[in-house]
Amino acid sequence: MSKIYETVIGLEVHVELATKTKIFCSCSTAFGGAPNTHTCPVCTGMPGSLPVLNRQVVEYAMAVGIATNCKITRYCKFDRKNYFYPDNPQNYQISQLYLPICRDGGIEIETAAGKKTVGIHEIHMEEDAGKLVHDEWEDVSIVDYNRSGVPLIEIVSEPDMRSAEEVIAYLEKLRLIIQYLGASDCKLNEGSMRADVNLSVREAGAAYFGTRTEMKNLNSFKAIARAIEGERARQIELLEEGKQVIQETRRWDDNKETSHAMRSKEDAKDYRYFPEPDLVPVVISDEWIAQVRSRQPEMREEKMARYQTQYGLPAYDAGILTGDKTFADLFEAATEICGKPKKVSNWIMVETIRLLKENGMDPDQIQFSPENLAKIVRLADEGTVTNTVAKEVFELVFLKDIDPEAYIKEHGLSTVSDEGALRAAVEQVIRENPQSVEDYRNGKEKAIGFLVGQTMKAMKGKANPGMVNQLLRELL
Amino acid sequence: MANIISDETIEYIGILAKLELSEEEKERAKKDMSEMLAYMDQLNELDTDGVEPMSHIFPVSNVFREDVVTNTDGSKDTLFNAPEKKDGGFLVPKTIGS
Repeated sequence: MSKIYETVIGLEVHVELATKTKIFCSCSTAFGGAPNTHTCPVCTGMPGSLPVLNRQVVEYAMAVGIATNCKITRYCKFDRKNYFYPDNPQNYQISQLYLPICRDGGIEIETAAGKKTVGIHEIHMEEDAGKLVHDEWEDVSIVDYNRSGVPLIEIVSEPDMRSAEEVIAYLEKLRLIIQYLGASDCKLNEGSMRADVNLSVREAGAAYFGTRTEMKNLNSFKAIARAIEGERARQIELLEEGKQVIQETRRWDDNKETSHAMRSKEDAKDYRYFPEPDLVPVVISDEWIAQVRSRQPEMREEKMARYQTQYGLPAYDAGILTGDKTFADLFEAATEICGKPKKVSNWIMVETIRLLKENGMDPDQIQFSPENLAKIVRLADEGTVTNTVAKEVFELVFLKDIDPEAYIKEHGLSTVSDEGALRAAVEQVIRENPQSVEDYRNGKEKAIGFLVGQTMKAMKGKANPGMVNQLLRELL
Repeated sequence: MANIISDETIEYIGILAKLELSEEEKERAKKDMSEMLAYMDQLNELDTDGVEPMSHIFPVSNVFREDVVTNTDGSKDTLFNAPEKKDGGFLVPKTIGS
């Protein structure tokens, strides 16, 4: 008889902060520069260079700590973590071990199983390492230190999660909070948010923890979910065979959907941490915390409530629009311009989301400006163009951010309300469709819909539908 | 108090420091390190109850930089002493893992 197992999961989430400069020097953090152009003696560990802490890093870390209900450490320090690896030119990473900036927080998540709080053990500040590019053909690697010294916060959760679903809910909530704060763009595929999964299994209801493994190299929510299922199955199989789970770090291969051990316990890390002598302590006053707190932007829950009261949006709309920072920003900016919140909401929730899906894009890849969205809303709402034309033009706004007003003018797409032109078109449709005309005269009300459609088609979607309807009834 | 550094310990420290020591060097390092530990023992004789651990001798805190980019392209200096380079990066023996 097989036993029932429970999965116990804790996460270590690294987030690259959205500062302009690195954590300890004034080099740019911009992504994608030519190799080693964003480097200096400090971030390449040259002897005699001295780090100076970026104030914005401390403020972002505090902001995330406050938003995740953590206690802010009033007296915090940095420590050195020693290891040798080519991506780390100093041979140590400056991090925080003993006095991390935030502790004892938690966020509420919601899954099909209900609401629960996932505890946050701590958040600490540290520096990122450089990047190694492995040559495909030769036994060499190329090292680029542009990322060396980019500021990170590491958010360490308590082992409070029990399923892949809870893990994804926690990560999505965390990502949304950090995006709302503007502290990071949190892109898993670009590595500005990285999650390591600590997982163990135990018999359901047991009070002890099983031996855990740590899984790395998880670049998407889907990969995380698959890795959790895979690792849970692997550990249960070991236990069922009477074997032991070994405490180790494993690397997930999402193409093969398996993981393999990266280091055995014999090489278990001995980082020889000690207090960082080149940096003075950070003392955080009540006033400073109050300042950061007063600058916290509106978070999702408040925004959702405001969208319903201020703009009169249904809760459903408010939920979708605030579920992504890009949607919320776009909605507010376009509404500010055209003053039609529900219409703007519809264009985002229907057409924009449809086009994102069709093009396999994420919301943060939206290219078009709120100005051009506002124009489309106004042009369609005022009847300058028909809905059909508006949707077609919006596709071009979505893809190329064209100015819809100029485009409509240039291509003569305005709705035709000229009675003479419409009358001519309607007369022709009546001539060409004697069967439908007869059906209508025999009382088939539906036939008129077909005739309206034919007229719209003949007018390339530009005819004023109300007038077409009226003219048809008049002429039949 | 005897602080004998075992062969295993010196081997392990060598691995951590990525150093290959000859037998002679190991013996010398063992002797040096036990002397260091003896010195630590002497320091440990002091009564430090109620004394806060200190990591800096100066009473200075909160030294910050503002978040403004002032450094320009540093790649030339960074790569100046590189034994081998390729595509603007340092060329190193292939390293996998992390």
